[in-house]
Amino acid sequence: MSVAYLIRRCAQVVPTIIGIVLVGFLLIHLAPGDPVLALAGEHGDQAYYAFMRERFGLDRPLHEQLGAYLANVLRGDLGVSYTHGRPAMEVVLERVPATLLLSGSALVLSSIVGVGLGVFATLRPGGVRDVSITLGALGVYAAPVFFVAQVALLMFALWLGWFPVHGMSGTARAATSVGHVLDVARHLTLPALVLASQEIAAVARLTRSELGEELQADYVRTARAKGAGERRVVIRHALRHALLPVVTVIGGRVGHLVSGAVIVEVVFGWPGIGRLLLTAMQTRNSPVLLSIFFVVAISVVVANLLTDLAYAWLDPRIRYH
Amino acid sequence: MPGSIPASATTDPLRGEAPTAPPVRRRVLARLVRTPAGMVGLALTLVLVAVALLAPVIAPFDPLLPVGAPLASPEAAHPMGTDGLGRDVFSGVLHGTRTSLLVAGGVCALAFIIGVPLGMVSGYRGGLADDALMRFTEMFQVLPRFFLAIIVIAMFGPGLDRLVLVLGLTSWAMLARVMRAEVLSLREREFVEAARANGASHLRILFREILPNALPAGLVLLGLIVAQVILLEASLGFLGLGDPNAMSWGYLAGQAQRFLRVAWWLSVFPGVAIIVAVLGLNLLVDALNDVLAGRR
Repeated sequence: MSVAYLIRRCAQVVPTIIGIVLVGFLLIHLAPGDPVLALAGEHGDQAYYAFMRERFGLDRPLHEQLGAYLANVLRGDLGVSYTHGRPAMEVVLERVPATLLLSGSALVLSSIVGVGLGVFATLRPGGVRDVSITLGALGVYAAPVFFVAQVALLMFALWLGWFPVHGMSGTARAATSVGHVLDVARHLTLPALVLASQEIAAVARLTRSELGEELQADYVRTARAKGAGERRVVIRHALRHALLPVVTVIGGRVGHLVSGAVIVEVVFGWPGIGRLLLTAMQTRNSPVLLSIFFVVAISVVVANLLTDLAYAWLDPRIRYH
Repeated sequence: MPGSIPASATTDPLRGEAPTAPPVRRRVLARLVRTPAGMVGLALTLVLVAVALLAPVIAPFDPLLPVGAPLASPEAAHPMGTDGLGRDVFSGVLHGTRTSLLVAGGVCALAFIIGVPLGMVSGYRGGLADDALMRFTEMFQVLPRFFLAIIVIAMFGPGLDRLVLVLGLTSWAMLARVMRAEVLSLREREFVEAARANGASHLRILFREILPNALPAGLVLLGLIVAQVILLEASLGFLGLGDPNAMSWGYLAGQAQRFLRVAWWLSVFPGVAIIVAVLGLNLLVDALNDVLAGRR
């Protein structure tokens, strides 16, 4: 990966982030009613509204307001969440670890299981395994996350009782830290599996089709001619090439994953930003809503950046584009 | 993926015009129904559209009015049971098709109106305009649509119009990129050169020569956008952000959350409806992709 590419790609992030902040600014001014309500939420008092008006320069011309808004957002200052009585960004950032744990586990799970299933399906094209994995992936891919979550909750938590129904840890706090970790892991398993299911389907489908294409390549025929076994041909030779596009897709689906996390959190009562989003929505707590939007949008931008850099690092041809 | 060779260029490079549409269309359709996936996809999609159009005729009840005991399990009068207010779930699922397709159709129209011209101009002009337009497109590509829609509805209040608007304004980026890629590969082809040599204007070249050949790839992508939007709309409805005056699949499933222990039917039937709709569209899109790839 050339330094020039690295710098150019990182520089592209700047206009994107400014654009995202602009969207927030536009929303506040397009929303019906006084912009201060859209900015500060509906739970402030007159003194606070006056303070916010001053802070975001709401009585000054629009371009100055934009400047003030940009400066405040880039400092992470989006005002106070009145339902919490604390800065909104602080409230949101507190919830990030739980969501990160959930989405991170789902991302790792989907990469490993998805690629595994894709390879498994390719080993004998047209076989029972291939067809059932392909059909299963199609079905799961078409299912909305809340449906998978509800069905999983019904089956594995309510009927079979294998997993806890709600939350991130049991009511009685475990005495030891090891006990606590195990408790969280037990609560995490089902939501993470549900959240990963669609990504698993997407990754498995893509691995299957990329691998199928790679297997037509000349070098694969050479490897076969040299007497390499099918398993070795697929895993040692073709998979390395087929994984390149899979990497981009995994990275590119981070936004999708976080959206899914919101739904999964609501169904399983997982205490992350999704749950916070739902309550902020119901109480029209716009500082929290906008903080969540910025945190998610910027995470997605960074995830895309990292994916592109990883891709360029893996495939040196990319920098010439 | 888009690295296409247009049909006309291979058959008759010097005619300088895309072949007339009907025979190609008929051939595509014939090839489509020959594969099981294409057949199933087409059938499911047609059923979906038919149900959406005929919902008021075939639904036995008004989906928004209580017509039976609350939380009645599925039986002859209410084949999918009733919800917490005693409303007929079957009628709700039928009417939900309408809401889903209405939103998806609106979003697609907006995405088409923005994405196709933008992608075509970007690919055709190239240079600085292309760079600027693509940076702009990338910005929209990374905007988290789902979160944006949540905030818009929280701030502006629920309604199908703003839902279509916010999803449409943020769903065109991929379409623009695909159209751009198609135009890039088409603009140097012989039949375009021929038209240019004949003194055709840029507009004429874009609309008469390039568009008919670039459009199939774009339309296939639109099918995927419809499927995505159906899922997005359902998720928003699930969170209680749908239009309260329009019955939707997501709203039904959101209600189910409260009664999960006692009324499985509230969750299962709307969920299955969504799976059928999205699966049908995905199968159709896959099959169309294969047919178009074969045509190239």
